[in-house]
Amino acid sequence: MSQVPANLRYTKEHEWIRLEADGTATIGITDHAQAALGDVTFIDLPKVGKSFAAGEVFGTVESVKAASDLYSPVSAEIVEANTGLNDSPDLVNREPYGGAWMIRVKLKNPAEAAQLLDAAAYSATL
Amino acid sequence: MSETLARTPLYDLHAELGARLVPFAGWEMPVQYTGIIEEHMAVRKTAGLFDVSHMGEARIRGRDAAAFLDRIMTNELSTLKPGAARYTLMCQPDGGCVDDLIVYRFSETEFLICLNASNAQKDIAWMRSLIGTAKVEVLDECAAWAQLAIQGPLAEQILSLTTSLPLASIRRFGFLVGEVAGASGCVVSRTGYTGSAGFEIYLPAASATQVARALLAAGKPLGLIPAGLGARDSLRLEAGYPLYGHEISERISPIQAGLGWTVKFTKAQFVGREALRRQAEGGPPSSVVMFSLADRRIARQGAIVFAGDTAVGEVLSGTLSPVLNKPIGTALVAAGFTGSSELTVDIRGTRLPLHISVEPFVK
Repeated sequence: MSQVPANLRYTKEHEWIRLEADGTATIGITDHAQAALGDVTFIDLPKVGKSFAAGEVFGTVESVKAASDLYSPVSAEIVEANTGLNDSPDLVNREPYGGAWMIRVKLKNPAEAAQLLDAAAYSATL
Repeated sequence: MSETLARTPLYDLHAELGARLVPFAGWEMPVQYTGIIEEHMAVRKTAGLFDVSHMGEARIRGRDAAAFLDRIMTNELSTLKPGAARYTLMCQPDGGCVDDLIVYRFSETEFLICLNASNAQKDIAWMRSLIGTAKVEVLDECAAWAQLAIQGPLAEQILSLTTSLPLASIRRFGFLVGEVAGASGCVVSRTGYTGSAGFEIYLPAASATQVARALLAAGKPLGLIPAGLGARDSLRLEAGYPLYGHEISERISPIQAGLGWTVKFTKAQFVGREALRRQAEGGPPSSVVMFSLADRRIARQGAIVFAGDTAVGEVLSGTLSPVLNKPIGTALVAAGFTGSSELTVDIRGTRLPLHISVEPFVK
């Protein structure tokens, strides 16, 4: 029932990643994740320039019910964080694959992206 | 570890309404339908319908029923008139809370008590252990009753579409017994746990679905929506109502929780009287405060409260207030710091100033 766009890659922890033409990647959380969280109230995102290993916690998303860690799908350096979410965290509930992208990163090891789940494999985990 | 979760009579209706069900106090309960904030605001602006059938009920019956309740509860129940209800605590000898309850009086010798779901069986065993030679019976009626709460400024108007009971004649904490949506034997009381106007309805379990459907149908044009336990929690926190296991517990007494008004020292004897009296006179070691944060992060249960670098308390409940659009909560704070304007709370390593509020956030 939740949307799983075919052009993205996924983690079992419900992040999505989109590889861009310029060699960067955009990361957010899935429709399934936003539905499970409920009303999102706060997103804590890292500063530009910080680096994370694949699987490392890069931030926190908080809903009325609970706070959940955000895991970096790949080893990466932050190029941009979506500061617009500070003022409208509810965008995560409305546009999880669009306006509510969370970070843009430079991949440190592009081969890692191929290890992530495709849409069919992610859907099978839901 | 798995346990079998109990289901309320409205389980199938919840599924049909798209509820997200979660385990709560041994029950599979709807935490939300459309979203906690939307359901919360419906209760503040129009109305919400809650299934609270997980709550327990016990009937107290017998010649000594009123005296028995006076002896085991902190509030005075013998002065309650038939057709009226009263909020009370039931305490241990050390002053800790066994439970908080609402007691409904049907007649000179007959009462119904509403128990927290997580405490229901403990409460019934506790009450029975205190009967002694009193002429009173404690009957477990948890399975017999379902409970609905219709809450919000339009609750009375909506409920009136489904019953001929004279709702306007019911005062706060008053109740009538009669027919709602064709179901007889319903107890309709002007009580609630949201801080908005409304009613709680105790009804025979077999009638629950019929009554819930009738209320939802009658209320839909007026903005009534089903509401879950998530909104129930944020509503009660805005209104400053305690939740057992958070603001009151076996280790937090009614005096500490600011519920001294429910403790009647004018009664010569009741369980917990001496311990509570010492706390009331000498001041308790710690007290419950309400707070808000000027941030978006929620301080949740267990977060540590600091005065400078000294831990002086911990958060008991926390949520986002949809009405204030900022985090609110309660904390147990050591004596001497409950009025401090210098407290902070640690949220995942960040210390945020904690603003103590002496008034509930919504009245």
